[in-house]
Amino acid sequence: MSTLISTVAAGFDVEKIRQDFPVLKQTVHGKPLVYLDSAATAQKPFAVIDAIRKFHEVDCANIHRGVHELSQRSTAAYEETRAKTKKFLNAKNEAELIFVRGTTEGINLVSSSWGRTNVKAGDEIVISAMEHHSNIVPWQMLCEEKGARLRVIPMNERGELILEEYEKLLNPRTRMVAVAHVSNALGTINPIRQMIAMAHSAGALALIDGAQAAPHMKVDVQALDADFYTLSGHKICGPTGIGILYGKTKLLNAMPPYQGGGDMIRTVTFEKTTYNELPYKFEAGTPNIAGGIGMGAALDYLSRIGLDNIAAYEHELLVYGTSLLEQIPGLRIIGTAKEKAAVLSFVIEGIHPHDIGTVLDRQGIAVRTGHHCAQPVMDWFHIPATTRASLAFYNTSAELDKLAAGLKKVKEIFS
Amino acid sequence: MVDDLYQEVILDHSKRPRNCHSMDDANRKAEGYNPLCGDKLKLFLKIENDVVKDVSFVGSGCAISTASASLMTESLKGKSRAEALKLLDKFHELLTTDTPVSKDLGKLVVFCGVRDYPARVKCATLAWHTLKSALTAEELEPVVTTE
Repeated sequence: MSTLISTVAAGFDVEKIRQDFPVLKQTVHGKPLVYLDSAATAQKPFAVIDAIRKFHEVDCANIHRGVHELSQRSTAAYEETRAKTKKFLNAKNEAELIFVRGTTEGINLVSSSWGRTNVKAGDEIVISAMEHHSNIVPWQMLCEEKGARLRVIPMNERGELILEEYEKLLNPRTRMVAVAHVSNALGTINPIRQMIAMAHSAGALALIDGAQAAPHMKVDVQALDADFYTLSGHKICGPTGIGILYGKTKLLNAMPPYQGGGDMIRTVTFEKTTYNELPYKFEAGTPNIAGGIGMGAALDYLSRIGLDNIAAYEHELLVYGTSLLEQIPGLRIIGTAKEKAAVLSFVIEGIHPHDIGTVLDRQGIAVRTGHHCAQPVMDWFHIPATTRASLAFYNTSAELDKLAAGLKKVKEIFS
Repeated sequence: MVDDLYQEVILDHSKRPRNCHSMDDANRKAEGYNPLCGDKLKLFLKIENDVVKDVSFVGSGCAISTASASLMTESLKGKSRAEALKLLDKFHELLTTDTPVSKDLGKLVVFCGVRDYPARVKCATLAWHTLKSALTAEELEPVVTTE
């Protein structure tokens, strides 16, 4: 056992926290589960599981329309999550927070609705070399449709964006800068406050993909001055199929609806439909009510532990894990940015990540192998794939010891 | 145990793959791609009178897919097109069903452990999917993916 736990803020007891996550109490292939794939999806605490169960067992009804008791309870619980999200992201008001299926839908909503009305031939959209496919493809589709140009901020060998090159890309034709707050494949924390300010100076807007940042650090959309910020519920210990898109009121008001249907209208006749106010204008159809309520419970849970405590603890895990991996001959960490979240992406000379993943799995260790939906990142580093151990506040230094031991076994088999 | 998957023969073929080179006078070629793991494979065949005279491959992949390509090339030489396709079916059966292991498979039986690792079946079949497209496609240089 390492000494790192002792330095974490008093009151952060990882063993106690682990009791909140039923999934962690199991064996896989006869070994205690070591879950190191939280960047793919975070595990769910009892608080979230119970909230979803309570909705289905006690309050289940459709929202926003019933006069009966259950519908009012469901509506209140669902809308409460909007209020919690406002606090979580420090948005100005609740109308700026739109429920979506996840980060991918948040980006698609903006690229479709805002893009349709604001981007024309010759305009430029700026993304970065480390984006997840979900922050590449929607913009590519928009550019193809409009005859606009997609430009890419390059990165250096540590996996940090090169801001001087970014500066050069910005020009009066730039309409939107869309970048990840934290890279899922590399762990890099991008200096988005500065990047947003630079976009604004050029007269462009900025959308931030917050999928990998929201679980690990405090986000303040007003301090960042982000125009759009989007995140996924399942990465912050909530359920899948629910997420949030934050947008500034003025921008959202000027945008056409994304999808048509119930809930997003005020009046409908065959001649003319008038749309609902924000945020409902963007929320057509019965939403993922249980998901929204579950996400609310997740926000409460994370807030109780404290994002600052989480960030401090995870950073210590990252430092410890990095030092362990650096001792393994032939192992190269991919993504060594100075500002980094708790992601350990790596390759081992002569051993394919898939084989590493399988051998680790048989020791109960769950990691992600592959291109992490970031093929351009893999191409940049001239590798087909990496093995990625992504950490969360419920992981321990002892689990990192197991990862290191597991990798020794991998090397025994394949050397 | 994981050793059932990574048997000695598989490890040997993954570290020292046989027939791993391109072939200038091939008269059939195909490319295979597994988008899940980024594995790429190019297969070269020389077919004369409907018989596989020579076969080789190049590519990058995991131990399972490299060993599978290597052992496949060894098994194919001298086989007719129909025999090759039949072997492919038997190999696929070995990986995906619980049927008793066919003795026609020869050395290929070392892949029987893969059936306990469903996530790895595509690794083992990439070379064979590529073979099928090389043998059956209309065009001379088809590209297949395992998706």
